[in-house]
Amino acid sequence: MEMRAVYAECLAGLMEADRHVVVLDADLAKASGTLALYKRFPKQMFDCGVAEQNMASIAAGLASYGFTPWIESFTAFSSRRICDQIAISIAYAGMNVKIVGSDPGIAAELNGGTHMSMEDIGVLRSIPGLVIVEPVDDVQLRAMMPVLQAYPHPVYLRLFRKETPRVFGEDYRFELFKADLLRPGKDLTIFVSGFLTADALAAADELAREGVEAEVINIHTIKPIDRETVIESARRTGRVLTVENHNVIGGLHSAVLEALAGERIPAAAVGVQDRFGEVGKLPYLKEALGLTQENILQKARMLLEM
Amino acid sequence: MEPNLKDRALDVRCDTLRAIGHLGVGHVGGCLSVVELLTVLYFEAMHIDPAQPKMPGRDRFICSKGHAGPAVYAALANRGYFPKEMLLTLNQGGTDLPSHCDMNRTPGIDMTTGSLGQGFSCAVGAALGSKLEADGAAVYALIGDGESQEGQIWEAAMFAAAKKLDNLIAFTDYNKLQIDGSVAEVNDIAPLAAKWQAFGWNVIEAEDGNDLEQVRLAVQTAQKQRGSGRPTMVILNTKKGCGVKWIEDMGTGNHNCPLSEAQAEEAIRALREAAAQDKAAACGKEA
Repeated sequence: MEMRAVYAECLAGLMEADRHVVVLDADLAKASGTLALYKRFPKQMFDCGVAEQNMASIAAGLASYGFTPWIESFTAFSSRRICDQIAISIAYAGMNVKIVGSDPGIAAELNGGTHMSMEDIGVLRSIPGLVIVEPVDDVQLRAMMPVLQAYPHPVYLRLFRKETPRVFGEDYRFELFKADLLRPGKDLTIFVSGFLTADALAAADELAREGVEAEVINIHTIKPIDRETVIESARRTGRVLTVENHNVIGGLHSAVLEALAGERIPAAAVGVQDRFGEVGKLPYLKEALGLTQENILQKARMLLEM
Repeated sequence: MEPNLKDRALDVRCDTLRAIGHLGVGHVGGCLSVVELLTVLYFEAMHIDPAQPKMPGRDRFICSKGHAGPAVYAALANRGYFPKEMLLTLNQGGTDLPSHCDMNRTPGIDMTTGSLGQGFSCAVGAALGSKLEADGAAVYALIGDGESQEGQIWEAAMFAAAKKLDNLIAFTDYNKLQIDGSVAEVNDIAPLAAKWQAFGWNVIEAEDGNDLEQVRLAVQTAQKQRGSGRPTMVILNTKKGCGVKWIEDMGTGNHNCPLSEAQAEEAIRALREAAAQDKAAACGKEA
């Protein structure tokens, strides 16, 4: 099931349960999968047109009136385009707004470099108090949505909108701020976020065939990061590899290393090497930007040789 | 007019000067230019209760030009939201009265503002919220003329008209000056009324936005536009630094300027003396 379909279904449930849940778009409701909901919730959904900054501050005004707005656009526009509005109207003012960015990093595919946010987590992570989450699959997203709604502070949801490989079982329980151990191991820890999680797990399978036990931990809440889990696992395995669909500067890699500052643990990163994106389909972009399973294996082997 | 509205405006102006003078520096010009508006809103126009700053269904005032905070605080203190002594903590470390408005610190402040353009969109959001709640409240918003150069102002203007937010009454403090020069020189916003009309707003203009009676009439006229299906913009032609001749004469220099305690007290003395003379003259006329 496409992530956006699950997202829209969850939003519909939240809106049905509480008329104070509202959704704001900036002319990308169709892409976000929520356009069909406009007929069903005419008093809870508002398209602001192509004006993301206005959308973000309007949401803050609605939040000041007791509403919980969810605002949607592509990651590029839900982060860097409205950075000041998120910082001041939403975070500094303490307004409970959920900011949704879809098509993170290379997921923007044919929209190319202009729409390909390699920096959204980095841009937003330094805004005090802002929670940043990135679901892996439809199961985790479905589990996450009501928790985010109930959390009474601003959150940035980094959302891959198409279908992603299923990683979690139906019995999965989501805990905000608590990282998920996907595969235990003792030789190195792979910290991974978002849709690359399936690749990290596949790489761990391959490593197992080589006699290496890689621990795989999904960091769904990138900020605040689950320091306890990160530090415990890294100390135990003694090697750290981060895997992310984002610039290695400012994103998961940075967050993990900040948690591990002073630990003297060797670390490597699979992520975008401080460059912009380009057009292409996912397989091409993974190759072009070094986000492949092969690259995960190479970096892991390099760490194991240290 | 409420008989003592003039006295209220005088108090708000004097307390603004005293608070900034106590600190020694502040956004004097753009505070003094909006004293009459704040007086009319807080003492006459708005449905509010100082004992319940968060009262549901209250009218809201959002000062999008957040640097006019000190004048808003003076109005709030005089209206009874907090003790007037608190005004002397203005912009000191640990204060609840920061240079720019903060809804989480100051009783009576309805929105955190300071990054120009954003507060206006927030006001539009609040007006939409009021419509959804059908609570009958009005949202009053104040923007600056320099602030009107922000693109976000016009994004919000377009949306408010498109959504027929006739519970939104906005004001432009059109004092014609900004930090780097006159608005006309830096990046002219004229013709202002025509712009707002073109964006689908009712437009009311007060020739002298520092004349209490003119502001009062403009606000009353704006309030009658409820039901028009359009938001209303009141353009207040004001004087930056209004009320203190030497501050007015500084022109652009009065945006954020030093003001000593002695200068503030002298200005307050002069303002009160002039008001007393006006009153005496008025009594003489009546006699």
